[in-house]
Amino acid sequence: MSEKKLMKGNEAIGEAAITAGCRHFFGYPITPQSELPAYLSKRMPQVEGVFLQAESEVSAINMVYGAAASGVRVMTSSSSPGVSLKQEGISYLASSELPSVVCNIMRAGPGLGTIQPSQSDYFQAVKGGGHGDYHCLVLAPNSVQEIVDLVRLAFDLADHYKNPAMILIDGVLGQMMEPVDFGNYKPTFVEKPWAANGCKDRKPNAITSIHIDPKDMEQHNLRLQKKYALISEKEQRSEEWMMEDADIMVASYGMTSRIVKSAIRKAREEGIKVGLFRPITLWPFPEKKLDENINRVKEILVVELSAGQMIEDIKLVNNGRLPVSFHGRMGGMTPSVEDIYDEIKKIHDRLTVKA
Amino acid sequence: MPYIVVNEKFCKGCGLCVNFCPKKVLRISDRLNSKGYYVSELYDQPNCIGCAICARMCPDVAISVYKEDK
Amino acid sequence: MKVVFERPEALQNVPFTYCAGCTHGIIHRMVAEAIDSLGIREKTIGVSPVGCAVFAYDFFNCDVVAAAHGRAPAVATGIKRSHPDKYLFTYQGDGDLAAIGTAEIVHAAARGERITVIFVNNAIYGMTGGQMAPTTLLGQKTDTTPYGRDARANGLPIRVCELLQSLDGVAYIERVSTHDPKHVLQAQKAIKKAFQYQVEDKGFTLIELLSTCPSNWGMTPVESLKWLEENMLPYYKLGVYKDIG
Repeated sequence: MSEKKLMKGNEAIGEAAITAGCRHFFGYPITPQSELPAYLSKRMPQVEGVFLQAESEVSAINMVYGAAASGVRVMTSSSSPGVSLKQEGISYLASSELPSVVCNIMRAGPGLGTIQPSQSDYFQAVKGGGHGDYHCLVLAPNSVQEIVDLVRLAFDLADHYKNPAMILIDGVLGQMMEPVDFGNYKPTFVEKPWAANGCKDRKPNAITSIHIDPKDMEQHNLRLQKKYALISEKEQRSEEWMMEDADIMVASYGMTSRIVKSAIRKAREEGIKVGLFRPITLWPFPEKKLDENINRVKEILVVELSAGQMIEDIKLVNNGRLPVSFHGRMGGMTPSVEDIYDEIKKIHDRLTVKA
Repeated sequence: MPYIVVNEKFCKGCGLCVNFCPKKVLRISDRLNSKGYYVSELYDQPNCIGCAICARMCPDVAISVYKEDK
Repeated sequence: MKVVFERPEALQNVPFTYCAGCTHGIIHRMVAEAIDSLGIREKTIGVSPVGCAVFAYDFFNCDVVAAAHGRAPAVATGIKRSHPDKYLFTYQGDGDLAAIGTAEIVHAAARGERITVIFVNNAIYGMTGGQMAPTTLLGQKTDTTPYGRDARANGLPIRVCELLQSLDGVAYIERVSTHDPKHVLQAQKAIKKAFQYQVEDKGFTLIELLSTCPSNWGMTPVESLKWLEENMLPYYKLGVYKDIG
């Protein structure tokens, strides 16, 4: 499959997982991600894999917990309300340090909301929607090709760090079709002697997240925090686009960053020096690169499909240095190129007046 | 002659073995184990028939049962 | 000297943390003996619940995965589906299985998952201090039914075997008891048969074991077995509820 193939985002997640050696998927129908379970219900039998539609997202994430505890690559997916149901399970996956991939094809909330796109689960994904101090690796592609690359990366990082990894996209990216090149990718697997898959020739393994003695529980937490610090150190990823001479930085991720790029092209045609800073890993947040870029620009505009969530992490790194403004849409509405261009223009005009 | 051995570290003196022994050869002793339980003991060994009911009813699997080979 | 009875290999040689006289320990032994008798210890993976048996991974001498409350059947499904050659059992209490985990147990049975469920029914939440469970009997006093369980206010006890027997994925379901040696022997046979059906890939198997909770019932171990016999047996009829043979 090395030639380009036109594929829907949701299905690309499934095919990428298969190319990454994932042979187990436990899911549940919810718009706008149902094409993924549907696709895998066709594909998994073709590769002697397991597709199982669970009775609920709660059950599905616990099936993932079981498969991951027994040492196989495993994935589940859902959309916002379903991902809320999975939060307890994700906290367990993080505590028991079980490699797993969870996809959230975000839709507008809160509550039942609607099926149109959103990025309003950023906090849930990045700050942790479950209980306890934990983190998922959170990867946010902005194209169908990058979906494939980041799903593969998610499996590798999950295995390497023994941690749940989350693919965070919105409904548009899940639904849209783009050409994608799978190349002839060979997954690399890691040994999992800790797995609970039958204690032949070894002492029994126990996979648990209870440590009833607080001294043990604190040690466990300290180990987790050390791991998260290591991940933060090594795994920050972001894209800078037209930032070399930019005065204005637009920070945006996922599908929204594509609209921002169009707005930037339009602004550049009028000589406005504006660029895009696009976090690819939402956790670990790309602080180092962001900090460098903040030192080179004069003002920051954040664009999200929410009331403003990533903006808080931008502000943390910004630490008051520069003015930060926000443009967002909610409820499944998406900003137009014009809308974003107008925001950039306003900042530009303000800066030229000041100059 | 059959007999039983009570693992005094595991026994919690719950009394089920004493209650169900058909030959009434067991009793709760006056010895305390490290957890503070009065442990069960075989005090009338000659009448033990090695039926293992005590062992099957023991919630702590603390009793082993032995018989001579014929 | 011949050993007539000793601790099964599939139990770790450590003391249990259960209260004195709690029949969980008897049930652990019977599960371990069934695993030993079928020679499947190295191919068996247990899934422990949240409840008194949450530390079962310290007691069973085989791989054990501790599940979130109520989710053991789903966790076991995830393991069995990814390792069909292995044998899975879940060990669950009445709160775990018949309250928060109702959907999971119903659908695991409906899917005919090749897992064996050891369902310990002691009509109360033990670990958390004696609250009402779905199987608490009418009139039974608990921490959350201080005036006795009332049908109108607290609903009526759930008979799990009868609930699941209508599901075609089920190969074998039996309710047994632990209140005296005769019933313990019957329970032992039933547990072994359930594992045997799993080895023979027949379908979903579940054994419901009526069990005691001396601490939260506020009785001595011997009295609690008596109470079980006099109060639980009439409501929870023992017997086979499904057996595809």
